[in-house]
Amino acid sequence: MTIRTSITVNGKDTSREVEARTLLVHYLREELGLTGTHVGCDTSNCGACTVLLDGEAVKSCTVFAAQIHDCNITTIEGAAQADGSFSPVQEGFRQEHGLQCGYCTPGMIMASTALLTENPNPTEEEIRHALEGNLCRCTGYEMIVNAVRWAAENPNFTSGGAK
Amino acid sequence: MIPAQFDYVEATSVADAIRLLAEHGDEAKLLAGGHSLIPLMKLRLVTPATLIDVTHIKELSYIKEDGNNIVIGALTRHRDIEESDLVKKHLPLVAHVAGEVGDPQVRNRGTIGGSLVHGDPAADLPAAALATGATMVIAGKNGERRISAQDFFVDFLETDVQPGEILVAIEFPKHTDAGWAYEKFVRRAMDYSIVGVALQLGAKPGVALVNMSNKPHLAVSASQAIGKGAAIADVLAVINDDTNPPEDLNATVEYRQHLARVLTQRAFATASK
Ligand SMILES: Cc1cc2nc3c(=O)[nH]c(=O)nc-3n(C[C@H](O)[C@H](O)[C@H](O)COP(=O)(O)OP(=O)(O)OC[C@H]3O[C@@H](n4cnc5c(N)ncnc54)[C@H](O)[C@@H]3O)c2cc1C
Ligand code: FES
Ligand code: FES
Repeated sequence: MTIRTSITVNGKDTSREVEARTLLVHYLREELGLTGTHVGCDTSNCGACTVLLDGEAVKSCTVFAAQIHDCNITTIEGAAQADGSFSPVQEGFRQEHGLQCGYCTPGMIMASTALLTENPNPTEEEIRHALEGNLCRCTGYEMIVNAVRWAAENPNFTSGGAK
Repeated sequence: MIPAQFDYVEATSVADAIRLLAEHGDEAKLLAGGHSLIPLMKLRLVTPATLIDVTHIKELSYIKEDGNNIVIGALTRHRDIEESDLVKKHLPLVAHVAGEVGDPQVRNRGTIGGSLVHGDPAADLPAAALATGATMVIAGKNGERRISAQDFFVDFLETDVQPGEILVAIEFPKHTDAGWAYEKFVRRAMDYSIVGVALQLGAKPGVALVNMSNKPHLAVSASQAIGKGAAIADVLAVINDDTNPPEDLNATVEYRQHLARVLTQRAFATASK
């Protein structure tokens, strides 16, 4: 069975005829070519696929594209600021070296973005709790926590345009 | 990790869901938050012919006060329960337990109704429903019926919800200003409990155990002992009555029973503070 979707992704209206079983992550990667959102597991555990659904963090491998008509999705490709500057969270990951291989990073950045929207000044413990659903095999999380703290301390960061 | 093919239909009201369930029969499944169902479908352990998406039924997502009860709509998300001032005030155990489920992404999608109907003995919210003495409200073609949480859980991943029926609400008696505690024993942050203990003190006390039986488990003798004001040692002596814990890589039967005693003791210490 196919379904016609109507989903706003990074501010653009998208519509496709897809199989009902199409997971949001496959819709983003294969239909829209937005491969920044990663798939890291088969069990809904790793969080590499995290995107914002109407501003809230969700695992896009555990939502069907058919379910979310007329919703707004933000992926890592839509994380930067309007002028092309990195968002404070993206810049925090750069400044604090919050990544090694980078596989978990898009999901970490989206989950951290959702956290800072709700709680602009989280403690270390709050950051660790908020990122419970995101696994990283490389960093040991220390630098990720620092990256989120950097973003919290620099909410108005801008580089004045794309680099 | 791609689910098998299925037909997708959307229900817009409870009546609509009941009509669609009758129309599509046994091979259809309701889709709520999808956070138990979709993982199973990705592994093809479950292959429904039709998914009836109920996530758009707005009338089933609410938290309201009704006399001595707090009533929660079946499609209310874990996150909305965790953050509700009404639940925090009158059912602090339930608010806390909702916040212990999985991780933030899971709580943003998963619903209380889905968690209860899934009936996993390792899940958190079923234990909270048992300890607080909740009542399930189930709708079908012949109208609504009510059943206690204790009778609702039938066996492993099996509840009293019959084909053609939908859980619409959960009625919780208020436990305002009463002691409570939830002890969730895990090795990694977002895991399911190896063992968990939900303790509600006050006028209508109850203690329920997570992952200690083939279904969500109300510790009946221990709950009665608490009701009679028994000493903690006497409660601990009967906490493992009628349990049937699984044995797996995490724990043997004996270790689980040990944990049930230790965690119950800790729960008492926390609840009495
Ligand atoms: C990574 C991860 C970690 C998790 N960790 C935990 C945890 O620590 N503790 C925990 O308790 N849970 C955990 N869960 C499970 C989570 O709580 C699910 O949200 C919940 O078990 C199911 O709710 P749902 O709304 O997602 O239901 P769904 O997955 O949509 O449905 C589950 C089942 O219930 C049926 N159903 C749903 N709603 C109704 C209804 N109203 N009436 C009749 N039938 C219905 C469906 O047909 C299906 O069979 C985790 C899940 C994931 C993916
Ligand atoms: S791909 Fe691992 S949680 Fe979605
Ligand atoms: S940086 Fe490699 S998984 Fe996180």
